[in-house]
Amino acid sequence: MKNPRWNPYVVGALIGLLSVLTFSLANKPLGMSTGLAQAAGACAVPFLGADGVARNTYWAKTAIPAWDYSTLFLVGTMLGALLSALLCGGFKLTMASAVWTESFGPSRPRRLIAAFLGGAIILYGARLADGCTSGHGISGCLQLAASGWLFFIVMFASGILTAKFLYGRTRQG
Amino acid sequence: MSPSLAFLTGPELLGSALVFGIIFGFLLHRGGVTDFDVIVRLFQFRDFTVLKVMMTAIAVGGVGIALLHGQELAQLHIKPTNLLAVGLGAAIFGVGMVLYGYCPGTGLAALATGRLDALAGLVGMLVGGIAYALSYDWVAAHILPVGAYGKLRLPELLGLPEWACYAGLVAMTLGIFALVRKAEAKA
Repeated sequence: MKNPRWNPYVVGALIGLLSVLTFSLANKPLGMSTGLAQAAGACAVPFLGADGVARNTYWAKTAIPAWDYSTLFLVGTMLGALLSALLCGGFKLTMASAVWTESFGPSRPRRLIAAFLGGAIILYGARLADGCTSGHGISGCLQLAASGWLFFIVMFASGILTAKFLYGRTRQG
Repeated sequence: MSPSLAFLTGPELLGSALVFGIIFGFLLHRGGVTDFDVIVRLFQFRDFTVLKVMMTAIAVGGVGIALLHGQELAQLHIKPTNLLAVGLGAAIFGVGMVLYGYCPGTGLAALATGRLDALAGLVGMLVGGIAYALSYDWVAAHILPVGAYGKLRLPELLGLPEWACYAGLVAMTLGIFALVRKAEAKA
């Protein structure tokens, strides 16, 4: 199978219908970054001690490290992507990206360090905003939440500026 | 108090998290949005896949949940509009997304398809999550209260009825898709 990709409008509509199911059957919106903050709490135990994590206001109140709906949803997301990739021969150990390589060359350590930094920045931002592209971008916007649309618009503007700065050109490629 | 359709509780709820997650991850990969280039090229206006997926999900999910909510079959979960925290967080998020090449969900999905940079990004995200938890008391005292408007929705903000806002959402989505088609025809 050469082209495993589905029509993006169809995929979007199916994600919308999935939201309808999670809202109505499980009383849960789609969301990612709370679960990641919970996982971060579990990973902090060796450094801060179980007490240190339990005493932290954020982990005690908002993102309790546990196997619950949010963290299991993350595991499911990874399994689903793996399943899709295996079914179409899309699983490949690689870090190749045309856009990155055009600007920063093929160096693997450079790409890994940038991805690490980008990951740290993105989750700090997601927690400060209290949501990510799923929690604010999809779940928030579809409920007409002002916070969701504010997030979507500012994130988009910031991404455009950052892309211009990092990867040079915009349209006249 | 749960809405009447929300019968999933206890172990069934946890099982449903896995099932819903699997569907979500499958769709992200099939939609092509687990790819670094697809995501970053959105911000260069060279690939509109992410926008098509997100806007369709918002319009379809929005109308669907509004219909269920009107029948009291679904509850809304509105996040508070903390103007400074959401604005600043989103600005930081945009920088991270373009450097990482993924968002938190698509990054996990990309990792599951073998993308090794997404693994470095996952370690980074865990570090970012720890950093936020450690700075939370300061953030809660100084950032979260600035411009805190509570659980604000567009119908209240704009002073328009629900149906008009959802009609506007659908019209805006179709308008954006028309612009996207024009941009794609030119490219």
